[in-house]
Amino acid sequence: MANEAKTTSEYLLEVEHLKQYFPVRQGFHTVMLKAVDDVSFAIRPGETLGLVGESGCGKTTVGRSLLRLYQPTAGRITFDGKVLLDTGEQYDENGRPVLDASGKPVKGPAIEPDMFPFRRQMQMVFQDPYSSLNPRMTVEDIIGEPLDVHKLYSSKAERRDKILELMELVGLNAEHAMRYAHEFSGGQRQRIGIARALAVNPKFIVCDEAVSALDVSIQAQVVNMFEELQDKLGVAYLFIAHDLLVVHHISDRIAVMYLGKVVEIADADELNGSPIHPYTLSLLSAVPIPDPETARHSKRIVLEGDVPSPLNMPSGCPFRTRCRYATEQCAAEMPPLSDRGDGHMVACWNK
Amino acid sequence: MSENNTLLQVENLHTSFFTDNGEVRAVNGLTFRLDAGKTLGIVGESGSGKSVTAYSIMQILAETGRIVEGSVKFKGEDLTKWNAKQMQAFRGSKCSIIFQDPMTSLNPVFTIGYQLEEAILLHTDKTKKEAKERAIEMLTLVGVNEPEARVKQYPHELSGGMRQRVMIAMALACEPDILIADEPTTALDVTIQAQILELMQELQKKMGMAIIMVTHDLGVIASMCDEILVMYGGRVCERGTADAIFYHPAHEYTKGLLRSIPRADNMNERLVPIGGTPINLLQMPEGCAFCPRCDAAMKICLTQKPDEYRVGDDHLASCWMNVKELYDSQEENGNGE
Repeated sequence: MANEAKTTSEYLLEVEHLKQYFPVRQGFHTVMLKAVDDVSFAIRPGETLGLVGESGCGKTTVGRSLLRLYQPTAGRITFDGKVLLDTGEQYDENGRPVLDASGKPVKGPAIEPDMFPFRRQMQMVFQDPYSSLNPRMTVEDIIGEPLDVHKLYSSKAERRDKILELMELVGLNAEHAMRYAHEFSGGQRQRIGIARALAVNPKFIVCDEAVSALDVSIQAQVVNMFEELQDKLGVAYLFIAHDLLVVHHISDRIAVMYLGKVVEIADADELNGSPIHPYTLSLLSAVPIPDPETARHSKRIVLEGDVPSPLNMPSGCPFRTRCRYATEQCAAEMPPLSDRGDGHMVACWNK
Repeated sequence: MSENNTLLQVENLHTSFFTDNGEVRAVNGLTFRLDAGKTLGIVGESGSGKSVTAYSIMQILAETGRIVEGSVKFKGEDLTKWNAKQMQAFRGSKCSIIFQDPMTSLNPVFTIGYQLEEAILLHTDKTKKEAKERAIEMLTLVGVNEPEARVKQYPHELSGGMRQRVMIAMALACEPDILIADEPTTALDVTIQAQILELMQELQKKMGMAIIMVTHDLGVIASMCDEILVMYGGRVCERGTADAIFYHPAHEYTKGLLRSIPRADNMNERLVPIGGTPINLLQMPEGCAFCPRCDAAMKICLTQKPDEYRVGDDHLASCWMNVKELYDSQEENGNGE
């Protein structure tokens, strides 16, 4: 019933109130590390959503949770009109959980379908091209493995044709097919990883720091390839990275995360041109711009101190401890994401 | 004239690593000068020899590595002829280095106070008590909060940014003339990177040391450096001020590098990547090292290494294209000398 196709949605992927907590043992106590805490966003078909933030803010966890590589603590994820996960929590229009008379949250039926058919639609490219490829498999077998798993060929010849087609697509030569991963450079390995993700013809790929480990001159080759593949195949990306210039270049929209929460989502140019959230502002001002003239005149908004530990999060807005505009309201309650025009969503009480 | 001002003079430096697969020529004839109080940026991709240059100055190369040719002169004295004891005295007190990864360069089994004091005791004749005071003073200087409590902590109790601050405190504790920073912010987040870069500039103003900034990040280079060396395949392909390098690049590699990074003015266009794969140092081309990846390569590039040609005030590039342009313009003007 709940799995009925919702043809009305303009979005390919919708994530609502996603929570991912990890239990951490501290002596006799077990504390919850809130890696992702109430994150909602949506991605249109063929769109790139960039996800940026400092290390430890939960951006990688978002990518993995929505593919259900972890078992999310709570949330609702729909992909292509089908429910991929629903833990049953109900929320009112202000994003607060619906409570019954006794103060307990109202829970609907939980839905956790088998992920196997979804894996054909959603894939992932990992950060480290050295550890994400099996050193004992040839390139042919690495790229062919998803085809084997999903039984996407009828004969050996067809399998080989498909693999060679994929290799050509990502710019690898056919003679590379029988080689092992260690024989390739970082950029070429990342191409193998991308070919593997594309093997099942997915509609959506999570790129987790997919270009971060590459040299500048090679990075541009891979960024271009991602863009060309999107034009050709219409895949949507969730592009997770910490390099804001690369994310700005590749993304249609960008979401900024801080300590497990999304603080701002906007169109890429809009976000870089007129950021609203104080954290986005300081994050953008910290990016070293490769242009001496701008560098001389830009004023960095240097944040005091370090990111608080996710085990010991401040109440209300997590950014308030480093924020210049923090007020009492910030300590009391986390501000909801509110639309400031043209889909520019910001979670801040004071800005 | 400015001879007294020159701290470090590196001339025709060749550093090789002798591996089972043959000689890896990491640095091939590098020449540069560093003046007191200035910041020199060395930029290049992995394998360009930028880190090896830094290690050669400090003589902390891996066992297989050796300076094959050339000289490194510190205030006129050639370091390559010094013995191990002299070098030990040079490191730390005259010239310090901070590394990319602050976790692996601090010893996990000693408190940071102990490690700071160790450096101070080794290079100065301070007593233990004075060394402890100096350690706390240095931690305050680099912006570590509650320094008295921090000296009793171990490296794993500090965040990445704090560890890098401790590394800087350790490097500067003996007031060296030169600070070599080898990718000091690569492992850090942008907001922490901004803090550390700001700190380095501030300390330079206060203590007046010269900085050699080794990085692959053109953004970091643009805001920090008085002079920039762009390296490829162990050689300098271009040197000049930040403005010269970024606004009037004269070497095909520098041009390619600038086209391949996202900047404010190419956000909605395709990036132009540099084709091919990074250089294999075991099989160096006979001519220009960048030639196999260069779109503008000519016949001469295959066989002859270009010398450095002056293309502007304090701006040199070793690319045959500049010679060609010079020649062409002389032809046009009809006054070829």
